[in-house]
Amino acid sequence: MELNRRDFLKTVAGTGLALASQAIPAAAIMPREVPPEAVGILYDATLCIGCKSCMVNCKQYNSVPDGALYSKDMKNPPFELTTPEKIWDAPKDLSGRTVNIIKAYKTGTGENKDADVNGYSFLKQHCLHCISPACVSACPVGALKKDPVNGVVYYIEDRCIGCRYCQLACPFRIPRYEWDSASPQVRKCQLCRHRYQEGKYAACCEFCPTGASIFGKVVDLRKEAEKRLALQPGREYAFPVQTVNSKYKMPRAVSKYQKHVYGLTEAGGTQYLLLAGIPFELLGFNKNITDGVLPDLTWAYISKIPTVIAAVLIGGAATWAITHRNDKGE
Amino acid sequence: MTKNNDIKMMTPTTIVLFIILVAGAVTAVYRMLFGLGAATNLNDLWPWGFWIGVDVLGGVAMAAGGFIIAGAVYILNWKKYKVIVRPAILNAFFGYLLAAVSIFLDIGRSFRIWHPMVMWQVSSIMFIVSIHVVLYTTTLATESSPMIFEKLGMKKALGFVNRIMAPVVLFGVLLSTLHQSSLGAVYLIIPTKLSPLWYSNKLPYMFLVSAVMMGLSMVSFETILSARVFKHKPHMEVLKGLARGTLIVICVYLALKVFDLISGAGISAVFNGSFTSNMWLLEMVAGVILPLVLLSMKSTRNRLNSIFVVNILVILGVLLNRLNVGIFGVAEYASMAGSDYFPSWMELIVTAAMIAFAVLGFKVCAKYLDLYPETQH
Repeated sequence: MELNRRDFLKTVAGTGLALASQAIPAAAIMPREVPPEAVGILYDATLCIGCKSCMVNCKQYNSVPDGALYSKDMKNPPFELTTPEKIWDAPKDLSGRTVNIIKAYKTGTGENKDADVNGYSFLKQHCLHCISPACVSACPVGALKKDPVNGVVYYIEDRCIGCRYCQLACPFRIPRYEWDSASPQVRKCQLCRHRYQEGKYAACCEFCPTGASIFGKVVDLRKEAEKRLALQPGREYAFPVQTVNSKYKMPRAVSKYQKHVYGLTEAGGTQYLLLAGIPFELLGFNKNITDGVLPDLTWAYISKIPTVIAAVLIGGAATWAITHRNDKGE
Repeated sequence: MTKNNDIKMMTPTTIVLFIILVAGAVTAVYRMLFGLGAATNLNDLWPWGFWIGVDVLGGVAMAAGGFIIAGAVYILNWKKYKVIVRPAILNAFFGYLLAAVSIFLDIGRSFRIWHPMVMWQVSSIMFIVSIHVVLYTTTLATESSPMIFEKLGMKKALGFVNRIMAPVVLFGVLLSTLHQSSLGAVYLIIPTKLSPLWYSNKLPYMFLVSAVMMGLSMVSFETILSARVFKHKPHMEVLKGLARGTLIVICVYLALKVFDLISGAGISAVFNGSFTSNMWLLEMVAGVILPLVLLSMKSTRNRLNSIFVVNILVILGVLLNRLNVGIFGVAEYASMAGSDYFPSWMELIVTAAMIAFAVLGFKVCAKYLDLYPETQH
């Protein structure tokens, strides 16, 4: 006979009960409110002139130690010389070498800025720094984290195993991989968190000449975005430049906005907010993004695991006891 | 009994498999030296491809027979199935080895594969999956160890493993239940990327039930095949039992899928003629409905050849399901975003080598270990 029956039942059922009673730490659940001190970016496509100053400076100021594009033995920032002359940094999309990009949308003759018909618009794509980030919940090793104070979603290279579940999980297609490297990293915007200590902020906002990208606390950015939506098109408004509370203002006529702040509710809300004159789905933003909190979908499964453990162990032990009651050794 | 002299190692099939294995090993070294971009067609819109779809999802599903048969024999005390418990467990062990090696090659920083073991993240399905791969591979090794101990004449170790076998098997049942379902749960976080034909909040249940379906068929398939190759008589009663089991699980699975279709994407979604809906139909008709019809006829369940055909249908059907969830179901989203994917020849050769490794490994074990203790040669 294999094992003393009482011992078997005691061990197995005991383990089951112990595990079931041990609640999974609540910290495992993602936050759902934006932290009060959280920072972010408001991008207003109607103000963007497509100069790509943000791209140039993003690449430069992130190619330093602790920057989002830094790697140990780099001599130059990771340029993408895709044109035949090979003299311009000309990325076509976000990549392992580009974490912020300005794209252009054109329809018909493309004459009128921010118009649905025969119009054009720019758009700026980078990490949205979700309030409940799917990538952070998905990462098996904690290589992606959300700062509890400023809310920045950042990457810890030393932990990453390169499973790329973050790429699958992200609803905005943000994390990019260094496919051509033998020891690759995930690359994404980290909101220039390495510059905060010296009193600086996101390079894309600092070097934006028109105030299309402004940096600030998310609570202030939300107020600013809603204020702009309430403005009368054609009236003049003093748009802040660089930061939301900046004393530098750019007076300009207000354009006609889409009546939606992208990032207010998408995927449970993000710290990057967008305004545009052209519908967001035309600009390439997924229309089917859920307003729900993505990590909740997996949490629904994970939270059941202790119950399954208890049920299988206790049920299995009981079954074993019943089916082996007549066995007297072999 | 020292070895089964009936089993010849130097057959043409073995030699071909060996060549594939060597080619795969060379390719794997190339992948390690030059990175994923050089060896695969993966890209930022296709972070996962053939290796995850076939080797990991398929390999693990194929291994489900191990925990079912072990559970039936050691927990339910169904003595009839004792003759197939060793090959079923060994089969599962190779399935998991295959998945583990593929994960090693697929992750960008292979030598950090141990990180999840020390950097626990309970909010991550991927963490739960990786813990299970490690624990269950260890469990399967323990469950297989009596064959090795017998061979080496280690009586004490053999006695110890046999004494703890029932709790080990129960632990294996638990790990498998969680692991099979958690592979489905991996995809819960992509409601906007995976086609509604496959996306469902019941994905964990579907993965578990379909894995059981495939596991039973795989054990039956492998029993018939090895009886042929190793020239012994298959136990018809065991095969009939497995066929009945498969039939019951297919019914449950079909009910689950149909209910989900009606409450989700809607019936019309599978008849719109698109590539995605045709893949769904192919998977369901060839892999679920046809086996169901065939198995419900008693004449099928009594004939070796018919059972064999049904087994192949079920196995390919579930494999296709994993490919659909892992690759074809996200194709529409990825091509909308501007990227297509077809595995590179290096990805294909590595997968072929994995399968060759499992077949060869199984054959070596059958020759040198007492894999079929109650079968006379």
